[in-house]
Amino acid sequence: MDFMALEPSLYTVKAVLILDNDGNRLLSKYYDPQLYPSIKEQRNFEKNVFNKSHKADNEIAFLEGMTIVYKSSIDVFFYVVGSTQENELMLMMVLNCLFESLSQILRKNVEKRFLLDNMDGVFLVVDEIIDGGVILESDPQQVVQKVNYRPVSEQAYGFVLFDYITGNVEGQGDRSLRGAL
Amino acid sequence: MIKKFDKKDEESGSGSNPFQHLEKSAVLQEARIFNETPINPRRCLHILTKIIYLLNQGEHFGTTEATEAFFAMTRLFQSNDQTLRRMCYLTIKEMANISEDVIIVTSSLTKDMTGKEDVYRGPAIRALCRITDTTMLQAIERYMKQAIVDKVPSVSSSALVSSLHMVKMSYDVVKRWVNEAQEAASSDNIMVQYHALGLLYHLRKNDRLAVSKMLNKFTKSGLKSPFAYCMLIRIASRLLEETEGGHDSPLFDFIESCLRNKHEMVVYEAASAIVHMPNCTARELAPAVSVLQLFCSSPKAALRYAAVRTLNKVAMKHPSAVTACNLDLENLITDSNRSIATLAITTLLKTGSESSVDRLMKQISSFVSEISDEFKVVVVQAISALCQKYPRKHSVMMNFLSNMLRDDGGFEYKRAIVDCIIGIIEENPESKETGLAHLCEFIEDCEHTVLATKILHLLGREGPRTPSPSKYIRFIFNRVVLESEAVRAAAVSALAKFGAQNDDLLPSVLVLMQRCMMDSDDEVRDRATFYMNVLQQKQKALNAAYIFNGLSVSIPGLEKSLHQYTLEPSEKPFDMKTVPLATTPITEQKTEMAPVASSKLPEKLAPSRQDIYQEQLAAIPEFQGLGPLFKSSEPVQLTEAETEYVVRCIKHTFANHMVFQFDCTNTLNDQLLQKVVVQMEPSEAYEVVQYVPAASLPYSQPGSCYCLVRLPEDDPTAVSCTFSCTMKYLVRDCDPNTGEPDDDGYDDEYVLEDLEVTVADHIQKVLKPNFAAAWEEVGDEFEKEETFALSSVRTLDEAVGNIISFLGMQPCERSDKVPENKNSHVLFLAGVFRGGHDVLVRSRLALADGVTMQVTVRSGEETVVDVILASVG
Repeated sequence: MDFMALEPSLYTVKAVLILDNDGNRLLSKYYDPQLYPSIKEQRNFEKNVFNKSHKADNEIAFLEGMTIVYKSSIDVFFYVVGSTQENELMLMMVLNCLFESLSQILRKNVEKRFLLDNMDGVFLVVDEIIDGGVILESDPQQVVQKVNYRPVSEQAYGFVLFDYITGNVEGQGDRSLRGAL
Repeated sequence: MIKKFDKKDEESGSGSNPFQHLEKSAVLQEARIFNETPINPRRCLHILTKIIYLLNQGEHFGTTEATEAFFAMTRLFQSNDQTLRRMCYLTIKEMANISEDVIIVTSSLTKDMTGKEDVYRGPAIRALCRITDTTMLQAIERYMKQAIVDKVPSVSSSALVSSLHMVKMSYDVVKRWVNEAQEAASSDNIMVQYHALGLLYHLRKNDRLAVSKMLNKFTKSGLKSPFAYCMLIRIASRLLEETEGGHDSPLFDFIESCLRNKHEMVVYEAASAIVHMPNCTARELAPAVSVLQLFCSSPKAALRYAAVRTLNKVAMKHPSAVTACNLDLENLITDSNRSIATLAITTLLKTGSESSVDRLMKQISSFVSEISDEFKVVVVQAISALCQKYPRKHSVMMNFLSNMLRDDGGFEYKRAIVDCIIGIIEENPESKETGLAHLCEFIEDCEHTVLATKILHLLGREGPRTPSPSKYIRFIFNRVVLESEAVRAAAVSALAKFGAQNDDLLPSVLVLMQRCMMDSDDEVRDRATFYMNVLQQKQKALNAAYIFNGLSVSIPGLEKSLHQYTLEPSEKPFDMKTVPLATTPITEQKTEMAPVASSKLPEKLAPSRQDIYQEQLAAIPEFQGLGPLFKSSEPVQLTEAETEYVVRCIKHTFANHMVFQFDCTNTLNDQLLQKVVVQMEPSEAYEVVQYVPAASLPYSQPGSCYCLVRLPEDDPTAVSCTFSCTMKYLVRDCDPNTGEPDDDGYDDEYVLEDLEVTVADHIQKVLKPNFAAAWEEVGDEFEKEETFALSSVRTLDEAVGNIISFLGMQPCERSDKVPENKNSHVLFLAGVFRGGHDVLVRSRLALADGVTMQVTVRSGEETVVDVILASVG
């Protein structure tokens, strides 16, 4: 199986995962419908991947018959999964693009709290980089430009003031709660 | 899962998750504000994010609730908030399969896709294609064509990728966009180029000519995108493989030129493509290996990994090509990434010298517990290859393997180790005792039934012949006490073998058997009772037939015969000799195992080749009443490979007849052959009884015709014969394109090569696991002995090979392997002669100016002995 040449195809990425430092899923996208079709199998796989990778920052691993490239930042782990025959450097490009793009929209604060506060941005970034397993864009600049996203945390105070003036009490509460945490 | 109260998170205080305690119903409740006017984009955005988050966590949405939320969401298209709109697209894609009537957003999306806002256009296309089916696709076809050639790269890319997704569903529609894709391929944007190339290849991949034209064009014009280059390399190597193009073709030159590309990704892709090409010479590999060597010292782990993984593959086929990289690989064995270190070590094990083995093994055992099971299997495979290369190193290996066997690990991993140890035991007699001891220790605590039974079987075979067989009894009997039924049954069989072979152990074995007869499982009890009774007879012949050597018939064949017997009960008892024999598997081809656990597929008990033939022949009325099929030979080619007609023959032997099956293929596309018969002229007293013609033989569709021959009854020693064969047929010329034949035809014939029937066709291979016992069982009543000089043979290996292929018998006790540096050897062969008579041959060989051979033949039938000796002479 390992020796069979890969059918030339644009379908490069089998899955993208973002997990927290307990191995919980923050975002996972499985692009190959044959790969772990059920949520239970997916969770199992994620657990397995996390256990094998969180201890050492090794960048690349071979697991369950797949090549996995990964990267961590503070308390978040990013994974890109591809077939073993896949060009590892291509997967690495995707991982780097994902990380760089998120780093830019989160103003370098790539950690769980900011990630979750800007989850909409994260979803959009992933959507711009990979479409159904095909690499749509690999340049972080392009991705950030296309997503055109303004992060929440940075302008929070501006928003609080704006909300205060416009009398949006609920939005204000939302912010101050976040600030407290 | 989200609802669960996460204590740890609460305690740590940090990293709070605003989505932690989301309730689906609460979120759907909140989604009602989508209907409020004016729309509050920020709140709506937050709720949409929650919905997508829930979907992503695997929360199940019912059709009704999903549809409700989806319809509410459609209202949000009224807002002009960019992020909100983009999130709407995402929601559409996520819900496309859950919600009903998603097509109601078609017009909104079409508007966005053709609108002025470039930010919306790409994502809108992708969302639209996600909800479009074949019938709807026609309606948006015009927009898609425009989008593919749009000057905004994101629009063009989105359209191309979406088209690719839709090829599966509506190939015929997307096929019409080839010209647009072609135009997009010459775009300046690297991603558009890549996507266009991918789509073009996908649309044309079945048309080899078009693919080759496309390759030609792009390899000449040069592309900007490294991704597109990788794609081109893959297409080129695929085409090379399909056309079996030589390595002097321009495609190969292209791939080689990519080794000098400025992108590492392309360079690696090219190197990997060259390495994976079948039959690559060392000279062609060299440039690829040297770029991989450079990558080995890269600071990027992924690149080092990729390089060493590929080198590892090269080392499997061309270890010498990788030797140049040994120094670089040495540097990697301490790599902090254990996967890289493991691959480096296993590669070195393949390429390194014997002296480095100890050091490498020590290195690897320092971190073997840190690597994943998949890699452990890779390590074990490397060790097993090493043992074959350096048999003297077996003690180091054995030690290492036994340590690995004690560690935790999954089934695949343990199986690889056990197979490897068994392999070593079989190769090296000196390692047998230590190996068996390790395996005994392993089955003391083994959760895998398959492995336990396998080891018990091995113990039963090898244990009794070791100097102190009694020490294995304890391990085996422990299994009877502690394990599941299958293991207990296997343990009983193993015990019986000890009892049968070692007289001093027999009383104790009988006592243990007695205990096993009280077992709660039927199979275990049955086996124990059976062995008990056989052992009590104390007859060597019985032991040999029922304990050591077991049944040699084909199991599906036995099943069929017994079924037949019960359908037509007769006075006569069932005769085992009428059952076709099991064909011993031609040494299991050692597949080059990938480190991937590819053996997940359940191993089915496939009917053997012979069982298939038996079935086919039985379906032909002329061949009924011939009795069971005794043996089918390997196909013999009767024509050269590149001729008008290709004919090969399979010889089927029955008790008193032979059937020759001619598989003919007509390679002329302007001819239709009919009434095809191969006429045979025997040189001896063989009598051709009947021909069964192949009715028609159209171009390139193989067909079979048969010839039935009666074997001479009066002279049973006439086992060899030469037939001259001529193929006769009626030719009808036909139109090469339509295959429509002319009305008239003419007779023609075609001379084939001669066909030989030899003694091997009359003997079926049978493996006797315990040759000595079988030798005693047959007895010396019809023993004959003769000595021959094989003057033309120079080595013992050659002599052994010749004898085996000439007699067509099964070598036993691994006697087909001649130890190195010996000048004498004994070869044991076993088989069954046509008619069901066991034949055993012991052949002593001595080397001196050619090989002298003393052949001793035993059989239950005198003529058989004569036949064999006569044919050898």
